[in-house]
Amino acid sequence: MAGFLVRRVLQGLLVLWLVTTATFLLIHAAPGGPAVLADPKLSAVERQAIEARLGIDQPLATQYLRWHARLLEGDLGRSFLYQTPTLSTVLTRLPNTLALVAASLLLSLVIAVPLGVAVGLAPGGRLDRTVGVINFTSLAIPPFWFGIVAILLVAARWHLLPAGGMVTPGQHDLGDRLAHLALPMAVLALPLSAELIRFLRAAVTGTAAASHVRPAAARGLTRGAVLRRHVLRNTLVPLLTVLGLQIPMLVGGAAVTETVFAWPGMGRLSVEAALGRDYPLVMAIALVVAATVVTANFLLDLAYGWADPRIRSQA
Amino acid sequence: MNPGRHAYHRAAAGIAALALFAFLGPLLYRADPTLVDLAHTTAAMSWAHPLGTDESGRDVLARLMSGGRVSLIVGWSAGLVALVVGTLAGALAASRPRWLAATASRLLDAALAVPAFFVLLVIVTLFGAGTGTLIVAIGATAWMGIGRLVRAETLTLRERDYVAVAVALGESRPRLFLRHVLPHLVPTLTAAATVGVAQAVLTESALSFLGLGVEPPQASWGNMLTGAQQNLGAAPWLALYPGILIVATVLACNALSEAFRRRA
Repeated sequence: MAGFLVRRVLQGLLVLWLVTTATFLLIHAAPGGPAVLADPKLSAVERQAIEARLGIDQPLATQYLRWHARLLEGDLGRSFLYQTPTLSTVLTRLPNTLALVAASLLLSLVIAVPLGVAVGLAPGGRLDRTVGVINFTSLAIPPFWFGIVAILLVAARWHLLPAGGMVTPGQHDLGDRLAHLALPMAVLALPLSAELIRFLRAAVTGTAAASHVRPAAARGLTRGAVLRRHVLRNTLVPLLTVLGLQIPMLVGGAAVTETVFAWPGMGRLSVEAALGRDYPLVMAIALVVAATVVTANFLLDLAYGWADPRIRSQA
Repeated sequence: MNPGRHAYHRAAAGIAALALFAFLGPLLYRADPTLVDLAHTTAAMSWAHPLGTDESGRDVLARLMSGGRVSLIVGWSAGLVALVVGTLAGALAASRPRWLAATASRLLDAALAVPAFFVLLVIVTLFGAGTGTLIVAIGATAWMGIGRLVRAETLTLRERDYVAVAVALGESRPRLFLRHVLPHLVPTLTAAATVGVAQAVLTESALSFLGLGVEPPQASWGNMLTGAQQNLGAAPWLALYPGILIVATVLACNALSEAFRRRA
């Protein structure tokens, strides 16, 4: 287990390094450079002074190392739009995004696990065909459009749920918060559920046909016990892998969903920052998202050990 | 889905119909997609405007055609970029010497864990959102799946006898890949690339909807929905047409890919 975890931590650090390096290279490849230098009234001396202050007169390698040193201190620069340290601005919005993502993840598991297993146990049946068509369609619907249509029907026409935001001003009860969460959560969960059902169907169909399942039934185990101990147990590890691969996409989808539903999260902040050409803020968000995804993947890796004793016992 | 024998033809016909609509439609229907008419905003269907007008009085049908051209061009081109980059990366990750393959493999796996959407935001913020930038940016953040596919398939194919024979005959590695591995990958890659196009269309529409992709007055299916969302109360139908066309495009591409996969 220890060796496995060390490898995964190294992999996580590699991801972070890839993101910081790509970001650094992109900044330097971008046309222009710092906007202050575009002022034509600057004399050569003043220009040099600014360049020295920003450190951009140094060789690229030095700048690269300094940039990483600053990142390690938690200094991700100042936002152009808000004139605040970007990291703290991003971190105040992060919990709202995590709440939305966690709720959607939970919802899609609640939908996908029973359906995926049911469909996997009876491939080709009526339920399988119905779910197949729904899945195929939901993977083709752009989430933001689904959000607009949901607002149009559920909020504007039928007045069942609020159209956006996170709370009604002045109200602080749980019911109000859940009502605001319902639509964005559902929109974000739809494509993820479709992916998970698709995957579980294949996994369950495969395992149910595996050579160890039939003897288990022959030994007199009940159908439920066979399902729990031999079929579901074996789909757990690949399910964790698929979840790990879906998390980056889920966080990206959250940005779009947050914008449609005016959800005050990090994703909506990133869109506002990009629209305002606030590149320190956009980059800080990209880095925080990468760190979040790496952490989530690490937690999944810990779960691997719980789900599969073989990984736990590895050196 | 459970496509019959003609699934392939139906999906291909769907894609052809959408392409005809976007590329040949403007020859038959000559309204100007950018002509603003503030006296007739959010008008309903009429002879002058078969699908009505949007919040600036522009002809919706003409904008759907012109926007479709942009969305399809960006989608297909970005899909192609992802295909080329992914194939190269996958081939590298399955090549020799071992250290090169291992490095490429680790980088490929790491890239898969990078949240692509935010990298796209960084690129768009720094470089602006021209059509060219969009194509490169979307392609550059969507090649990892194809890379893994090519790596896995190449590692399997490498063990085949005819490859061993070719090695014994002294063929160079790049030539080995091009002549003996790549041809076997074509069916799998076609299926994967078609899904890639669908994904690229979805990504472009999301970016344009957020105001970070194709910029007005040029229409795209995505940015038509931006205006539509602001006028949901007055003209809800404006939100329907572009969405339906995006869904139709993605459905057709995914169905075609499924058909390819079954034939592969």
